[in-house]
Amino acid sequence: MAADDTPDTARPRDETVDVLIIGAGASGAAVAWSLAETRMRILCLEQGDWIKPSDFPSNGRDWEARRYADFDISPNRRARDTDYPINDDNSAMKIANFNGVGGGTILFTAHYPRLHPSDFRVKTLDGVADDWPIDYWTLEPYFAENDRMTGVAGLAGDPAYPPHRPTLPPVPLGRTGTRYARAMNRLGWHWWPSEVAVATTEYEGRAKCVNLGHCTPGCAQGAKASVDITYWPHALRARVELRTRCRVREITTDGRGMASGVVYYDAQGMERFQPAEIVIVAANGIGTPRLLLNSASARFPNGLANSSGLVGKNLMLHPWPQVIGYVDEELDGDRGPQTVMWSKEFYETDPARGFVRGYTLQFSRGTGPANEAITSAAAGRLPWGKDHHRVYRTLLYRRLMIGVACEDLPEEHNRVTLDPVLKDSHGIPAPRIDYTIGENTRRMMEHGIARASEILAAAGANNIAASRVLNSPGHLLGTARMGLDPERSVVNAWGRCHDVKNLFIVDGSIWVTSGGVNPTCTIQALALYIADNIKQRLATLFD
Amino acid sequence: MSTGEYSSTGLTRAELRELNRLAAIAVPASAEYGVPGADDAVIFADIVGSLGRDTNAVREALGLLRDIAGGDFAGLDRATAAAAAMALLGRDEPAIAALGRVMLQCYYRDHRVMRALGREPRPPYPKGHDLEPGDWSLLDAVRSRPPMWRDRDQRGK
Repeated sequence: MAADDTPDTARPRDETVDVLIIGAGASGAAVAWSLAETRMRILCLEQGDWIKPSDFPSNGRDWEARRYADFDISPNRRARDTDYPINDDNSAMKIANFNGVGGGTILFTAHYPRLHPSDFRVKTLDGVADDWPIDYWTLEPYFAENDRMTGVAGLAGDPAYPPHRPTLPPVPLGRTGTRYARAMNRLGWHWWPSEVAVATTEYEGRAKCVNLGHCTPGCAQGAKASVDITYWPHALRARVELRTRCRVREITTDGRGMASGVVYYDAQGMERFQPAEIVIVAANGIGTPRLLLNSASARFPNGLANSSGLVGKNLMLHPWPQVIGYVDEELDGDRGPQTVMWSKEFYETDPARGFVRGYTLQFSRGTGPANEAITSAAAGRLPWGKDHHRVYRTLLYRRLMIGVACEDLPEEHNRVTLDPVLKDSHGIPAPRIDYTIGENTRRMMEHGIARASEILAAAGANNIAASRVLNSPGHLLGTARMGLDPERSVVNAWGRCHDVKNLFIVDGSIWVTSGGVNPTCTIQALALYIADNIKQRLATLFD
Repeated sequence: MSTGEYSSTGLTRAELRELNRLAAIAVPASAEYGVPGADDAVIFADIVGSLGRDTNAVREALGLLRDIAGGDFAGLDRATAAAAAMALLGRDEPAIAALGRVMLQCYYRDHRVMRALGREPRPPYPKGHDLEPGDWSLLDAVRSRPPMWRDRDQRGK
């Protein structure tokens, strides 16, 4: 347990910085870039490495195999020395993340929808969960700024969203998208080309997408907008310092209950103390509560910033069943960005469906030769033995796949705690996840599976099957929620912890509800919004 | 082929013999499709050399195979061995999934297999792929829809 005072033991003490950011992922990069214009001394500590484009799997013939190895979405499977273990044995969904400069954006599919206006008013509109203390319109300018920094491919005019204009042309529909679109028009259901964080033309020095088709485990072309190639180069040029392989153990506090800095292990494994005037946590919805709980002290016995008792609670993971079918012609397969279009037909609440809130349908192209074989054999579609080759040829490049991105409502029993046994390579207690899928979400999942099956049937697919094995999409939300009431939230309406006035959280932890979309775009808009609040309030920031 | 050369990979020679025979049954060579089997010397060497994180799972699976076979799987006659292999591969267990994955991830990157499937045996980068633009006129049916989004604040409508 940390002392209540800034540690002044024998451990080396670095020079004080104005702003210390913990984590160099989606939100850490955005807040670093935004604050750089203040000319404050800003340091970011990141436990992982820079990932070189030449390291990405699509450079080699083993590109598909590495998705199950050093580029696996599970830190437990990946087990790089920069990863920390997560006990998800008691979770209905397995945890996905990436630790390195770029964080989860290194391994994201680049699907980049915004939250919808109704997502910020869940209690008012649908009588469940809580409203956010901010609304869509508060974030709108930050969505736009983030779009410019990221380079978002898409098409203006989607009737499912308030008007906005993506910065780049949409990804090609391709054969697969055309097949989906015809089916959706036959059913009379909404669809629109997905907004994706992929450079469909050259953009800000980034090369144009050449349809490597393997977006998730990193883009060797540099067309996917992971933040190591979007925000970070700008932030570094503006003199933000980024130190890699620095793992923060705890946030320390001083006698006034203010954050005084962090204790961390440097690249050589040496324990150091980094003093700071402002600490910003950007360590994702599991790493952040883990760090706050590991920062318990005499003044903060239940963990830092946890007077509400909500640090780690209300974890939302986005259950995401998938429905797969096969057609009788060759489609796009693994060529092109995986996500091609979305449907919001079932996004807004309709009480007649038997659940509140809704989901996005995410339409994917196919997959590569090895992954088709691996997943189809595991699902029982592809036999072993003499019939293997014949059946395989009816599957390869003929796959249609629709994901059902379900809104996950906050429930306090879904939580992150510290595992009493499991520790990382530095001896820091690891997170333990307890998570079940709520009844509303289960009904939503089944509704989505049924609609996706109808779409695939309308597209002429056969061999239609749903996967309810939820290998997480890696959306880690809600564990240090935002709110106006310090007894019911961890941070205020602009990301400052109620309990510690120079401690901010900018990652997915602060989400009040999850919506039914991939969160990265909104996480980054929130980080820019919080950074702007810090800049505007500098004179009175700690009042 | 001799499997003794792989004895440093984490599997015993006996396990390697079993894995080799299992691979031949799971993904057999086919003259009809012009492809080698997963027991082909080059492919099998790739499988064994790529076990990595899955070594323990594969050993566990081979242990289950011996249980099913009632002893030495490699010594069974063809029909009995095939029945034992199918019984094993039909199980829904993590170790069996890992066993299947290590065979298939190597088989479906072999250049002969790729060519037989009409694919270029190359990594995606740097050449990439061509992708048809698709039929964007299909979107006309959606463009005419009224706004679908709800907004209590009514600031955007």
